[in-house]
Amino acid sequence: MVTAEAVWLALAEVEDPEIPVMSLVDLGVIRDVQVDGERVHVEFTPTFLGCPALEYMRSQMEEKIGQLGAEADVEVVVDDSWSTDRITPEGREKLRAAGFAPPAPREVSAPTLVQLKSAVFRCPYCGSTDTRLENIFGPTPCRSIRYCASCRQPFEQFKTI
Amino acid sequence: MSERELLLAVADDELVLGWRDSEWTGIAPVLEEDVAFSSIAQNEIGHARAIYQLLSDDADALAFDRKPEEYHCSRLVQMRFVPDWARTIARRVLYERFDEERLRTLMSSDDPAVAGLAAKIDREEAYHRMHAEMWDARLRDEPRYQAALEELRPLLDVRETTDEWPALWEEMTEVRRSVPGATW
Repeated sequence: MVTAEAVWLALAEVEDPEIPVMSLVDLGVIRDVQVDGERVHVEFTPTFLGCPALEYMRSQMEEKIGQLGAEADVEVVVDDSWSTDRITPEGREKLRAAGFAPPAPREVSAPTLVQLKSAVFRCPYCGSTDTRLENIFGPTPCRSIRYCASCRQPFEQFKTI
Repeated sequence: MSERELLLAVADDELVLGWRDSEWTGIAPVLEEDVAFSSIAQNEIGHARAIYQLLSDDADALAFDRKPEEYHCSRLVQMRFVPDWARTIARRVLYERFDEERLRTLMSSDDPAVAGLAAKIDREEAYHRMHAEMWDARLRDEPRYQAALEELRPLLDVRETTDEWPALWEEMTEVRRSVPGATW
């Protein structure tokens, strides 16, 4: 008999294909796990709606749960429940270690250009806050590009959403 | 306009504008905008996909298997602007302001699935609005940009086809029509 704990542990091994140091559990995109006999129901919410890896992540989850001897039923929930605030503290640390600046906490209202330009974002390489916005958009929808004037490195900043 | 009609209008606008914005990939005037337009286009098409999935069990069929006269996208998003940067930016600025109001309406829907999806879309659109705001500030004093805003503003919510629509529809649906009955 599969337990919910075993499923959570298995899902903690499923990588975000765009940031492989992060698991789906680190990202906070697993909303719920329900075990009903041999069936495991997982509620999963995408980070960005245009994410091209959705189907891949779904199949990875199904495979992992299948290895536990259970049948996975992965439901993709597109409501407003995910925010970058859902990324776990471990996840934020993994991001930083991999050279991505973790997202700033979300305020009550949506982030603004003024915040993005003025707020203090720390360089993940040298820790300096002498950084500036280079591009709101980056190599994937979830990232912006900043430049650190202290160590003269561009770096990727996880967007706050 | 019923809520379903509004959702279809939003989805069709996002799909077609995503297409038009993606035409800048690799040819924008600065590399940073290659990145920005590609990312924006990806988001817009992702929003369209999520709305089509909400409206239908077969989102692809809804997106690509309709007849040209069955789409609800506005005149504004149908227009091809490459290589006119001033009009491209004017469209982005006008569209994002308009889309923000429309999303507010959907976010207050009585249907929690609609309200939730609209709120999720809005989180991403905040970054498109920042991009539009940044370019609006940069081009504000340019006569070409001002003229483009005046020209395009009246087309924002005009849901009829332009002369460019048949060719765009042909391109957009060509692959699916090329192999009837294929499962992709």
